[in-house]
Amino acid sequence: MSKLSFFLGCIAPNRYPGIEAATIKTLEKLGIELVDLKGASCCPAPGVFRSFDKITWLALASRNVTLSEEMGLDILTVCNGCFGSLVDANNIMKEDPALKEEVNKILKEIGHEFKGTIEVRHIIEYLSQEVGAEKIKAAVTIPMDLNVALHYGCHLVKPSKERHLGSTENPTFFDELVEATGATSVDYEDKMACCGAGGGARTAVLDTSLQMVVNKLDHMKAAGVDCIIDACPFCHLQFDVGQTEVKKKFNKVYDIPVVHYSQLLGLAMGLPLSELGIDQNLIVNEEFNKKIERIRGGANE
Amino acid sequence: MSDIIKTSDFDMEFRDEVFKEPDADKITLCFNCTGCTSGCPMAEQEPEYNIRKFLRMANLGMKDALLNSPYLWYCTTCYKCQERCPQGVKNVDTLLKIRTIAIQNGIMLDNHRKVSQLVIKLGHAVPINDDAKEKRKDVGLDDTPPTVHKFEDALGEVQKLLKITGFDKLVADEEEKS
Repeated sequence: MSKLSFFLGCIAPNRYPGIEAATIKTLEKLGIELVDLKGASCCPAPGVFRSFDKITWLALASRNVTLSEEMGLDILTVCNGCFGSLVDANNIMKEDPALKEEVNKILKEIGHEFKGTIEVRHIIEYLSQEVGAEKIKAAVTIPMDLNVALHYGCHLVKPSKERHLGSTENPTFFDELVEATGATSVDYEDKMACCGAGGGARTAVLDTSLQMVVNKLDHMKAAGVDCIIDACPFCHLQFDVGQTEVKKKFNKVYDIPVVHYSQLLGLAMGLPLSELGIDQNLIVNEEFNKKIERIRGGANE
Repeated sequence: MSDIIKTSDFDMEFRDEVFKEPDADKITLCFNCTGCTSGCPMAEQEPEYNIRKFLRMANLGMKDALLNSPYLWYCTTCYKCQERCPQGVKNVDTLLKIRTIAIQNGIMLDNHRKVSQLVIKLGHAVPINDDAKEKRKDVGLDDTPPTVHKFEDALGEVQKLLKITGFDKLVADEEEKS
């Protein structure tokens, strides 16, 4: 059994806990044990805190990394933002001796030391590289015959110099994992476009940030999908909460359900709906729920 | 172009400060191909947000115009421009450095200040609330996640760290600073 520490971040545990629960249970079925990363904090968010003060960002992210170093485990994240911060910080600390020394002086005062002994992983690239679509397909008990709009998000694949996951314009590794659950990843216009939430933009300029999600939702709707599949709780929030906001602000109605990949995997592995938290979203689409029920039959409780 | 740029507005110390970010000096290699802005999803929504113009302004040392532009805060850090630049300009990383200088000069949006203060107080930019606690129980999880929310010592470490780096003062409300 593989073992990693589970870095929760902020939005998964504190807004969409279904993502946290689904991740723990589905990975267990794939022979991956997730251990609590006790006392972890905000990653902290890359575009925001890194731009406010780089040393603060680097020190706080490095503290999170040292917690896992102390357990001798690689870190698993389920969020593109956390992945971006922790991977970038981990790389900088490993490659820049001067910054490492400066940050370690700070960490020493709170009883930690960055050593550079572990790696930071994201659930999607981890499953793609270490488990593989074939093994996931074999673990699926109910193929989820859904047409989905897949959203990679930005920081999973970019900057590519730090990620090494191939093309950032036309990647396919996430599509392969989605199709392993029996779903069809439907092509849609500008698929790799940003959801609009990152870099502090959602906090700073909400209306303009929402115009970006409107663009994405328009393209997804035109492709006629059953739901969105994402790999990041912040994109998830932008799509879910964002749909309620664009309804109020711009009178735009979509009602497209938003599902994190871990939750899709949970559906396909026959986990009880009550443990996946998809119904805790703000956007609840009865037609989608009925379709899930039809596909899953008795597994829906 | 009707805007007149005066050389007396150039601040080369500002440019030097920006260039402290690794590879930020690659701005000088920009030959205006517009690959960055033509692919920018934010520019599609807000044409005033023009990362190429911002970086070229930084290269000229146009400190005041740049730091006081409201559009400095529009980038979502999607990195599309940085990926596409044929000259290897570090568009996003350099823009973030310009933001850092703005913050050091006391230019910070209220909402960003609030989010920063949440991290200082609770260790999370998006902290737990009662609704989330109920949702956690409903999916079979403990109502409090095993993060700084559960471990007071760990929150203490985070708060101490943020004091050592001076982040608490950096993002304090203006009246508290004085």
